Amino acid sequence: MSSYEARFKVWRGDVKGGDLEDFKVEVNDGEVILDIIHRIQATQASDLAVRWNCKAGKCGSCSAEVNGRPRLMCMTRMSVFTREETITVTPLRAFPVVRDLVTDVGFNYQKAREIPSFVPPEGVAAGEYRMMQEDVDRSQEFRKCIECFLCQDTCHVVRDHEENKTAFAGPRFLMRVAELDMHPLDAAADSGLDRKKTAQDEHGLGYCNITKCCSEVCPEGIHITDNALIPLKERAVDRKYDPLVWLGSKIGRRSS
Amino acid sequence: MATGTEPQPKSGGVHTGTRAAIAAPHLRTDRWWLAPAGTAAGLLAFIVYSTWRAFADSNYYAAPYVSPFYSPCLADRCRTMHAGPNADLFGSWWGISPAIIILIFPLGFRLTCYYYRKAYYRGFWASPPACAVAEPHKKYSGETRFPLILQNVHRYFFYAALLVAGTLTYDTVLTFRDEHYHWGHMGLGTLVFLANIVLIWAYTLSCHSCRHIVGGKLKHFSKHPVRYKAWKFVGKLNNRHMQLAWASLISVAAADFYVYLVASGAFNDPRFF
Amino acid sequence: MSVVERQEWDVVVVGAGGAGLRAAIEARERGARTAVICKSLFGKAHTVMAEGGIAAAMGNVNSHDSWQVHFRDTLRGGKFLNQWRMSELHAKEAPDRVWELETWGALFDRTKDGRISQRNFGGHEYPRLAHVGDRTGLELIRTLQQKIVSLQQEDYKETGDYESRLKVYQECTVTRVLKDTASISGSAAGRVSGVFAYERETGRFMVLEAPSVVIATGGIGKSFKVTSNSWEYTGDGHALALLAGAPLLNMEFVQFHPTGMVWPPSVKGILVTESVRGDGGVLRNSENKRFMFDYIPDVFKEKYAESEAEGDRWYEDPDNNRRPPELLPRDEVARAINSEVKAGRGSPHGGVFLDVSTRMPAEVIRRRLPSMYHQFKELADVDITAEAMEVGPTCHYVMGGIAVESDTAAARGVEGLFAAGEVAGGMHGSNRLGGNSLSDLLVFGRRAGWHAADHAADLAESRPLVDDTEVDLAAAEALRPFSAEGPEPGQENGRTPENPYTLHQELQQTMNDLVGIIRREGEMERALEKLADLRVRARRAGVEGHRQFNPGWHLALDLRNMLLVSECVARAALERTESRGGHTREDHPGMNRDWRRINLICQLTDPNGGLAAADPVSGQISLTRETTDPIRADLLALFEKEELVKYLAEEELYE
Repeated sequence: MSSYEARFKVWRGDVKGGDLEDFKVEVNDGEVILDIIHRIQATQASDLAVRWNCKAGKCGSCSAEVNGRPRLMCMTRMSVFTREETITVTPLRAFPVVRDLVTDVGFNYQKAREIPSFVPPEGVAAGEYRMMQEDVDRSQEFRKCIECFLCQDTCHVVRDHEENKTAFAGPRFLMRVAELDMHPLDAAADSGLDRKKTAQDEHGLGYCNITKCCSEVCPEGIHITDNALIPLKERAVDRKYDPLVWLGSKIGRRSS
Repeated sequence: MATGTEPQPKSGGVHTGTRAAIAAPHLRTDRWWLAPAGTAAGLLAFIVYSTWRAFADSNYYAAPYVSPFYSPCLADRCRTMHAGPNADLFGSWWGISPAIIILIFPLGFRLTCYYYRKAYYRGFWASPPACAVAEPHKKYSGETRFPLILQNVHRYFFYAALLVAGTLTYDTVLTFRDEHYHWGHMGLGTLVFLANIVLIWAYTLSCHSCRHIVGGKLKHFSKHPVRYKAWKFVGKLNNRHMQLAWASLISVAAADFYVYLVASGAFNDPRFF
Repeated sequence: MSVVERQEWDVVVVGAGGAGLRAAIEARERGARTAVICKSLFGKAHTVMAEGGIAAAMGNVNSHDSWQVHFRDTLRGGKFLNQWRMSELHAKEAPDRVWELETWGALFDRTKDGRISQRNFGGHEYPRLAHVGDRTGLELIRTLQQKIVSLQQEDYKETGDYESRLKVYQECTVTRVLKDTASISGSAAGRVSGVFAYERETGRFMVLEAPSVVIATGGIGKSFKVTSNSWEYTGDGHALALLAGAPLLNMEFVQFHPTGMVWPPSVKGILVTESVRGDGGVLRNSENKRFMFDYIPDVFKEKYAESEAEGDRWYEDPDNNRRPPELLPRDEVARAINSEVKAGRGSPHGGVFLDVSTRMPAEVIRRRLPSMYHQFKELADVDITAEAMEVGPTCHYVMGGIAVESDTAAARGVEGLFAAGEVAGGMHGSNRLGGNSLSDLLVFGRRAGWHAADHAADLAESRPLVDDTEVDLAAAEALRPFSAEGPEPGQENGRTPENPYTLHQELQQTMNDLVGIIRREGEMERALEKLADLRVRARRAGVEGHRQFNPGWHLALDLRNMLLVSECVARAALERTESRGGHTREDHPGMNRDWRRINLICQLTDPNGGLAAADPVSGQISLTRETTDPIRADLLALFEKEELVKYLAEEELYE
């Protein structure tokens, strides 16, 4: 193994416009895309804007699209590409661009605020919480999320339809609803909040057509679709489309 | 600033005004079209085959084998299958192939199945064709309104699919009879039927609705240890839902085709005992 | 001067890691209108990288545990140099801080009876670390982040505005803490009046006016080449405090985590969690020997196993066996690895072997250490369930930091300035135990937020005013890299600007080679000369482009901070002629009991003259020695006399 020169196309520009710019860069053993972007920055374009933090796949900052696929730049090794390939790096294409590889991910923080938070159970003091491992396993899987927003970026519901952004929370935040609904001590129901129902009515669960791109791009390997979104759909069915439950609630309402 | 700055084309999706100005609708360099194309081809092949067989109304019974497309057979026009899965519920007014009556259920089950939905949304409707590849539609409302909101009835098709799988199990048991309805037979057809019924059950039980019903809906697994075990078991099957969906689709067509070959006399069922 | 946006808050928290967010939550819950300034995106702070757990003596796994034992372990780990009152508060309050996280939605791994599970870690006598697999930091930051969102949701219900009482400024960097009288009176240290910051996205400046400022910016690792620290760790808070006139404490103590990745080069330094050893991983050299048995120092002889067999038994039966020496405090293990490599018994890429594959079944490894499995698989093509990892020391944490009052987290010398988390000094003494960082964040984050809110309330009627001259100076300082080509005062015309990336690389190399894990007098003197040279060149650091999201510019501004902090580390390290904890002198290998009571205090030599005037050789930092308060008698009584004689000077023992 040795170093070689790779050809890169990196999108540069801002909201007013921009283009793919060509670079030739040295590549060494074991390097990842982010190393190369840094090398371009240090030697050829000091103002190349890129977001990054930990460079270890833990913070979820360096999300971008490499050869058209949403990925973390710090976890994409150069060895997955051939030496002849021209590697194209662009910013996430579902969000407004700020500059170069940096996008405005404010959409996600706005959606995060719209999901009602954990409701602590009444009468259980701090230190008195008792939960079994098998009961927290499911929500723990979802809490592995590093909020890189690759799932939000790849999801065609908003990627291809800007107008759906108001109605649809996106996979990451529907998963957050699922996480709270499966939390063994979440007391939302006691406070009059039905997370199963609001997932459909307020966070746009119905927009999801379970085509699984979110699961495909998740760098943490979370089974977003199978373990969060589909179970949430089934829970919404419990509430809204189960004729037996519907009948029961009608009768219940009459009698009460 | 970047060279060759070009104005952002104004239209929807990835070309929305505020997003990075990149003319290409996607920049994937791999063969992303292979999977949806393969899926579409496979599903089309099955649709063509099953339509032919479902409307054919012939060559669906060769004792002791009954085609899974025609079981249970519920019209007057059905072939007589001694102690077999036929019951004349619809009577003689039913004028077309009796397969149509019953196929609604497995068809509905598969049509609303979470895996097949993904497969045909991607393969036929290109919504999306592949991840990060722009879809061609201007508007998208997903499963929020009629007709796609009806996908939520999957659970009821699952219950029906249990009954169908039960019937097919019964049919498989009957393949241990010979053509004269005597027990103690086994032919190549028996093996085909056995393989098919195992895959049908595995597919049916690996269903996401099933996973929800047996345990997924619970908040506290620790209070329901048996259902927790069942949920974990179904979860393992569920991991293979896609593979099972294809395997059982092929096996059910193969079982039907085997019956067709034997019934039409093109092939003689080899007998083991 | 330029029009600068101004906003009024009661408390401004600089930094949005664990300590910053915990401080913000506390301040807001106590009624203060609070702003959090976040260098990155919200929820990405370096805290996410903490892996092992939160140390808190809850006694869920071993009921013998108590705050006293935790306190004792902390002091032993810190070689008795800790600001003992902080260690006491920390040990007492940590369990409440962890339990509180559960009421905000955190999901820790559980024991069989449904309580929070706790794991073993280096230097902790009992299993003590509350954890979530090996991603505890992520859980911590997410829980705090979500708690902040829930407070914002409450505010939204009441006021219709999510940000009316608690706002997070994402991707903003503070370059100066502002004070009310500094430029007016000339000499008196003024009161804090706010902060000056720029927004990365637009490059716009803003002033947040507030009587209380909490600094919670974390560490300094980005001044070193091999580090586990993330991009943000440029010592901003340390520098802000220095520039505001507050002293730093014991900056020579830098922790090198014993196990960082060593190969491939591009990932060198990335952390390999201590849980690997806590769960049974062992260290071997190229001769396949568990060398740690040769490196148990005298002070720890009674606490650690003498044979491999005993060490192995300890995992199952900790009450009747002693722990294996792989679980010695981090400084000991890091030094041992360093010695093995130097003696030629290292692994092919210059580390040693850390092996779990022969100790646990593959499935258990994948369950207990999922992100380690993932990290090695993805980045190094190593399957840790089948082969050993190669590891070596990496710069991880700075024990030194802003000198604070133990109870209030108030920075000494500057009214209205508070500090918590890694940026604050004292709590960990000369060496931090694994797991004590996350609990430190929570305990002192809360205290800082609490006292900052109180301080703001006290000044509600007479808020310190922001001094316009200071704002103008700060703006000019921040813009300098754009005009670096121009003639500088005292410089000849037309000198080419320096590339900030090159300067940064040289700085990292210098600190790594000359003020690294093993230190020598001559090398540190050379480091100081090199730093002086870099400082002069850094004044010419120039950048291309404009102010909108320009990383070259950001780095040029961060260089000032890294250079200040690096000088503190080098000067203090040169001064302390002994080896203790995270400070190892080859020329003074022993621990000296007389040094135990000495804190080294760094201050800006000329806080009012700006940085330009400083003489390149004498530097910007002046160093003073300070004798610490004696440890309170009841706390001292927690130790055996035989142990104390190893640490304390004669006269301290008989006081």
